[in-house]
Amino acid sequence: MDLLNALVVLANFVIIPGIAYGSTLALGALGITLIYGILRFSNFAHGDTMAFGGMFAVLGTWWLQSKGISIAPLPTALLVIPFAIVLMILFLLFCDRTIYRYYRKVKASPIILVMASLGITFIMNGLVRFIIGPGERRFADGTRFLISARDFKAMTGLNEGLAIRLSQVITFVAAIIIVAALFWFLNKTRTGKSMRAFSDNEDLALLSGINPEKVVTIVWVLVAILATVSGTLYGLDKTYKPFTYFMLLLPMFAAAIVGGLGNPVGAIAGGFVIAFSEIFVTYAFKKFFGYILPKDMLPSGIIQIISTDYKFAVSFTILVLVLLFRPTGIFKGQSI
Amino acid sequence: MRRVLTVLAGSTLLSTAAIAEDVKLGIIFGFTGPIESLTQPMAAAAELAMKEATDSGIFLGGSTVSSVRGDSTCIDSAAAVSAAERLVTSDKVNAIVGGDCSGVTGAILQNVARPNGIVMISPSATSPALSTAEDDGLFFRTSPSDARQGQIMTEILMEQGITKVPVTYTNSDYGKGLAEAFEAAFTAAGGTVTLNAAHEDGKADYSAEVGALAAAGGDRLVIAGYIDQGGGGVLRAALDAGAFDSFHFPDGMISVNLEDNFGSEIDGSTGQHPGTDSPGAAAVADMGKANGFDGTSPFAPESYDAAALLILAMQAAGSSASADLKDKVMEVANAPGEKIYPGELAKALKILADGGDVDYVGGSAVELIGPGESAGNYRQIEISGGKIATVRYR
Repeated sequence: MDLLNALVVLANFVIIPGIAYGSTLALGALGITLIYGILRFSNFAHGDTMAFGGMFAVLGTWWLQSKGISIAPLPTALLVIPFAIVLMILFLLFCDRTIYRYYRKVKASPIILVMASLGITFIMNGLVRFIIGPGERRFADGTRFLISARDFKAMTGLNEGLAIRLSQVITFVAAIIIVAALFWFLNKTRTGKSMRAFSDNEDLALLSGINPEKVVTIVWVLVAILATVSGTLYGLDKTYKPFTYFMLLLPMFAAAIVGGLGNPVGAIAGGFVIAFSEIFVTYAFKKFFGYILPKDMLPSGIIQIISTDYKFAVSFTILVLVLLFRPTGIFKGQSI
Repeated sequence: MRRVLTVLAGSTLLSTAAIAEDVKLGIIFGFTGPIESLTQPMAAAAELAMKEATDSGIFLGGSTVSSVRGDSTCIDSAAAVSAAERLVTSDKVNAIVGGDCSGVTGAILQNVARPNGIVMISPSATSPALSTAEDDGLFFRTSPSDARQGQIMTEILMEQGITKVPVTYTNSDYGKGLAEAFEAAFTAAGGTVTLNAAHEDGKADYSAEVGALAAAGGDRLVIAGYIDQGGGGVLRAALDAGAFDSFHFPDGMISVNLEDNFGSEIDGSTGQHPGTDSPGAAAVADMGKANGFDGTSPFAPESYDAAALLILAMQAAGSSASADLKDKVMEVANAPGEKIYPGELAKALKILADGGDVDYVGGSAVELIGPGESAGNYRQIEISGGKIATVRYR
């Protein structure tokens, strides 16, 4: 019984939040890694791209809610995501045609593209604040809990509750579906193969007749899908606040680099590694050990490795360690 | 032009109380910044008190009172100090109503009020640090120190038999001051604070913070934060994880948004915020309605009281100079004397002019204690049926 309680505590505070957070990071890191692998620059605008896609979803959801349309118990936002994706594709292609294409044409070095993406970050950031405001925006509806802590306690008779939010499950399921579809696309379709060829060796790909502009367009389409879905689901699970997406940039980059930049499998693994390290290192294990250790062996502190204030330091530390000892990441990616 | 101004300014200084003059009071609130929505009613309330004194015709031999506004920004001490400097040196204000937020109030006190010998009465700075700050007897406040709120919180929790609580506070002067004051009072009363941890405002996810608080354990989670900021986030995360069933909310958490966003999920939770059931508060609300501002807005009655106290102290001292009025503030605020409510300034001025004594009660039941701060009246609340209900006043 005590062991069960200990496991439930761990699941409630570490495993389930970790899986949901890891799924978000994995989707974000996938977008970063795709751009790095094929367009060959680090896209600092990815966090705000997520905020932008999320904004379209929030506005669409509000519109549907005002019309009384819903798909309860599922959140209305799911209905809006496809439309938000279409708008994001148009927006990102517009950015690419007006800004990035010029730098590609003049064969600018990657650092110039990185700086350009930083500029786009600020423009997007400003636009989002201008359109939807800097504050917190609520758009979640439908059933909140798949199982709430109180119900779980009543059902099982355990001391500890386990809460699973519907949005957490949706995030995880969406991540699996998108990752599976992406891998199928990259490995099985002709366009996907030409993209991988382009990533492996650009000159050879051009020689064999692959149209580079088409590859670039497909990359932005994929990035729009990844960013909009992850941005919307993160907003649905937490709350939609434009500024927080900029803060996600660091853990997402850490995830992409830890997994190996340019390697999609690595991005997913990296997302979960970063998410679980952040949560594991900042979780206070007092309750967990309270159930499995005898009373006299239990320390009086709350058994927390570092305070939650230093959460970001965790991704930084992992990032530095990986760059020092294994610059290509866990799975072999490109070294930076 | 400058010479003319200098001569004019000089002549204003020379004029004595016996001759009718135009008394200027500076109002330094954060008209821009995080509490800008609160400061408009606050300033309007203070100016209403000034208008009352002017209209009475018996204030310092028929003198008038006018206000000069300055922007404290609430968070930028340098901007607040330069605004106060301008009011004192170029507008020649006799005394200051303000500042509003604890941080900027302390900065103005040390950098402007003390060097120039200007009295300031703040309606809303609640940091306990201001109780012990060096003030040369120039600083008063019509709001209570959060040290007092810490004691009230302790009393409420102890009465309900709660002796073990974790505390989380917003990482600012307000949150830290309140959390420390509470821990001191609660520990002294025999309670245990299992964890006293800060949270940063503006994050998307507070589940990690809640994890630590849940591990520390306790009967009720005390959230000394802002409802529209991290405090609301912590509350949401704690409910989602099922970590705590009931909570205790200090003033920063209590607003309509607490009802709207959480409702019956937090039934059984308790809290307190400055408030009084004295007839004065209702009087300010009515006067606000008649003059086009919201008199029930937080700290509006306190602002009215701050301006009224300055005016009454000037009348009692028979002088509009800060050096004279500073010794009279406590006298007019406290017993003995005739009780004065909002809207009765003319009556009070008459009594003082005739050499009588007043006990200013005002909109917030003012009773100045210790280093010149309000003793503090609090409204104890409980959440029941998804609504904030008054339990009693303390």
